[in-house]
Amino acid sequence: MPETITLEVFRYRPEEEQEPTFQSYEVPFRKDWVVLDALNHIKDEIDGSLSYRWSCRMGVCGSCGMMINGDAVLTCAAFLETYLPGPIRVEPLANFPVVRDLVIEMSDFMEKLNRVSPWIIPAEEKPVSEGEYLQTPDELEDYKPYSMCINCMLCYSACPVFGLEPGFIGPAAIAIAQRYNLDNRDAGNEQRMEVLSDDEGIWQCTLVGECSAVCPKSVDPAGAIQRYKVTATTEWWKSKLMPWSQ
Amino acid sequence: MATHKGKTNEPFWWALFGAGGVLAAFCIPVLLFLNGLAIPLGWIEPPRYEDALALVQHPLTRLFLFGLISLSMFHWAHRFRFTLYDGLQIKHLNFLVALMCYGSAVVVSILTAVVLFQL
Repeated sequence: MPETITLEVFRYRPEEEQEPTFQSYEVPFRKDWVVLDALNHIKDEIDGSLSYRWSCRMGVCGSCGMMINGDAVLTCAAFLETYLPGPIRVEPLANFPVVRDLVIEMSDFMEKLNRVSPWIIPAEEKPVSEGEYLQTPDELEDYKPYSMCINCMLCYSACPVFGLEPGFIGPAAIAIAQRYNLDNRDAGNEQRMEVLSDDEGIWQCTLVGECSAVCPKSVDPAGAIQRYKVTATTEWWKSKLMPWSQ
Repeated sequence: MATHKGKTNEPFWWALFGAGGVLAAFCIPVLLFLNGLAIPLGWIEPPRYEDALALVQHPLTRLFLFGLISLSMFHWAHRFRFTLYDGLQIKHLNFLVALMCYGSAVVVSILTAVVLFQL
């Protein structure tokens, strides 16, 4: 077991340098440390100027996603031991503009997420006095896997189509749209279809499947997209062959 | 139910792509096994020429073979279009690439129909 391990960390300070550089830090190697612990050690003990996002340390907040040796992962779930003997290359999430060091610009994702109306749109609003909207365990199961998404954006980093076509609405936004489309309390299918079945929606996807491979919550966005292609295609043919059914 | 507002025609091509993929995955291995292995290697008795011809001349067989070949071509066309589109990064030639790919599938479909119905 080594005493230390080296991290090669992507640095970009726009006020100081034109081009990003890599800086090496030697940190203590501990079996129970993840990459995020090592970054926190650097920040606290070695170099307080390093910038990165993190919050919960337990795979819930979705803010510590980075590229570790080229793979999109949550740094709170990436044990140093996995990368022995090192060095470990730490970079900001791919396919996003970098604000500073390991911090990426995520407003494009936030805007896309909002476009799919990620909330329950009831057929008609009922007053609180009428009580809850009841749901059976089976009805919950229909959308539950998609509701596990934590918006960590690893799927956007892993998606080669998003890398080539930044307009693509992307895996997480589509999976989250399906989380609401498949909820029996929701009636927003129609308004989401306009966004999802657009040329920048599901039709950009070529089923590479990397989004599902990197997802830390097993959401399976690739599956959500394929299922939605079937739904959208059925509706499209219906609208062409039976225009009166609209 | 839901509306598309006529913005995209991708569902049309995707339906042909999907149908071609499913049909090819189920039928081509069986046909390849029979005509490419079992019959030439003598594992099963080869049909007489007249019988094989009569089978192919049956309207349902013609329809099946036409559907299989044509839809498989559309499956190829759709996949090849995206391979060129993403692989070669030729977004600006999208129309030309689509015309070339789906056009080839249309041409092969017509040729298939001609050959099948002349048998």
